[in-house]
Amino acid sequence: MRLTGALPNFVVFAALIAVAVIADLTGNPYIVTLATKVAIFGLAGVGLNLALGYGGLVSFGHAAFFGLGGYVTAILASHAASATPVATFPFTMMGTNEMLAIWPFAILVAGFAALVIGALSLRTKGVYFIMVTLAFAQMLYYFAISWPTYGGEDGLSFYVRNTFPGANTFAPLQFFGICATMLAITMVLVALLTQSRFGLALRAAKENETRVIASGIKPFAIRLTAFVLSGMVAGLAGALFADLNRFVSPTMLSWHMSGEIIIFVILGGVGRLAGPIAGAAVFITLEYLLGPISDHWQALLGFLLILIVLFAPKGLMGLALGKRGNA
Amino acid sequence: MLLLAEQVLNGLQYGMMLFLMAAGLTLVFGVMGLINLAHGSLYMVGAFACAAVAAATGSFWLGLAASLAAAAALGALVEIVVIRRLYARDHLDQVLATFALILVFSEGTRWLFGSFPLYLSLPPVLSGAVTLPGGLIYPAFRLAIIVIGVLVALGLFWLITRTRLGIRIRAGEADREMIAALGVDIAKLYTMVFALGAALAGLSGALVGSVQSVQVGMGEPVLILAFVTVVIGGIGSIKGALIGALLVGMTDTLGKALLPGLFARFMEASAATSVGSALASMLIYVLMALVLIWRPTGLYGARA
Repeated sequence: MRLTGALPNFVVFAALIAVAVIADLTGNPYIVTLATKVAIFGLAGVGLNLALGYGGLVSFGHAAFFGLGGYVTAILASHAASATPVATFPFTMMGTNEMLAIWPFAILVAGFAALVIGALSLRTKGVYFIMVTLAFAQMLYYFAISWPTYGGEDGLSFYVRNTFPGANTFAPLQFFGICATMLAITMVLVALLTQSRFGLALRAAKENETRVIASGIKPFAIRLTAFVLSGMVAGLAGALFADLNRFVSPTMLSWHMSGEIIIFVILGGVGRLAGPIAGAAVFITLEYLLGPISDHWQALLGFLLILIVLFAPKGLMGLALGKRGNA
Repeated sequence: MLLLAEQVLNGLQYGMMLFLMAAGLTLVFGVMGLINLAHGSLYMVGAFACAAVAAATGSFWLGLAASLAAAAALGALVEIVVIRRLYARDHLDQVLATFALILVFSEGTRWLFGSFPLYLSLPPVLSGAVTLPGGLIYPAFRLAIIVIGVLVALGLFWLITRTRLGIRIRAGEADREMIAALGVDIAKLYTMVFALGAALAGLSGALVGSVQSVQVGMGEPVLILAFVTVVIGGIGSIKGALIGALLVGMTDTLGKALLPGLFARFMEASAATSVGSALASMLIYVLMALVLIWRPTGLYGARA
């Protein structure tokens, strides 16, 4: 990884940390929460970027994995709170409120869903792929709405934020620290992955599928792996988001969520490591600044998005960096 | 038996509504290669235009005409201002820009009409019930929707296979450079196709809005079902859209009507209702998955 290419990513990440720390020191816990939201949405975006940016797989269904991660967290936490087993067959499984125990579950469930959805969706290409991923995510959304055990349409809340060894997760800055650390670890892993042979094959399959097949690589396996990893990262982000709000609802699975995760990636710049963080930061800042001015701030967001798509297709980081670097 | 016949008619009516939506989507995909998420917004605009004009003039039929006109006009406007810049872009840009259009249209409609649902009153001719052969009593308006769907389907087949415009549309699907070289104004053709699809979506919105309610966001669930329909039928095929729409309409309606009862045979009643309805809501997606395993480009789709 060349430093010139990596520098903008460090700058974006450092800026996020600086905002959270300064906000905490000056007594603005709400801003710290916003920064936490940026870190979590950024994480979901980094996950999607793996499939969308590097693999060219336009998934319009990542809310499925985001929401599943959230629901796993809320279900385990609510069972821990009521001291009832999550399942009694084939073995008794109790709930838990340890983040370190919840995350692997959230990641595995999201990864398994991504494996099934990916294996079916990757049989298709282009527009079909977009619509099929969207449809599968909607399937889970309607399932969550009509399944009454875990709250159905009303969602599911748990009253105590889950715990992390050695940290007070109720202190906004400490919870931000946990989210930012997971974001940093994921970014390093994604950076290593995209520089590896696997990453090269993934990008090559996006650029020229015929050549990749001719050189003996099966694009389906590469793409499915990228899709599953991407879903796992989104699942982790969903688990953190559930903990941030101590509440999950079918909204996390809705196609607006999928659309927003895509917006984070595109706003920041497709295929840039820290792009989704920049995108999420801009999105949440806009919501924070415009929300109180007008109830119709989403219309302004819509106009802005159309302008960006039509006139700045490389995203904000692309705009800021000009022609330099594409790491 | 009568109950089943009624559910079949409901499924048919639902399928016809989906067909009106899916026909526009599949035409725009097929001819311009564009994925249009804002199609659901045109459906919503049609419903609001119908409600507003019907309330102002007292005539449902004027409202219905207004829904066609408003959706077609808005479709043409959006095509000229935004959509035509997206044809050469990749699908990602199209998804994002048309998603942004949804935000603009939804908020714009909320700003104009507020968040509360509007209700349309049906014209006296269609507000009653009809007794069908066999003794089934069925709402006249739902029957009318089925008839309108069939007429639109016949009209579209005639348009595509028998008219000059239809020849140009099919030629545009096959080779856009060639027909441009032959002197067809391709930009105008695209605007017309887009406006036609928009008008159908608007009509569909007005009809469904008359049965249910007219509110912001009403187009989104329908849009996703229309996507499922198009995926099942195959992109670009009107015939596929019709078959897909009927399959989806029937599967969804019959699943929701029959599954809870089916589960009640070997489960207790309350559990059967929740399991049955949860599974019924997933049924059309299972159908889509099965079709994709069998034919990745849909039943009548030629191209990937």
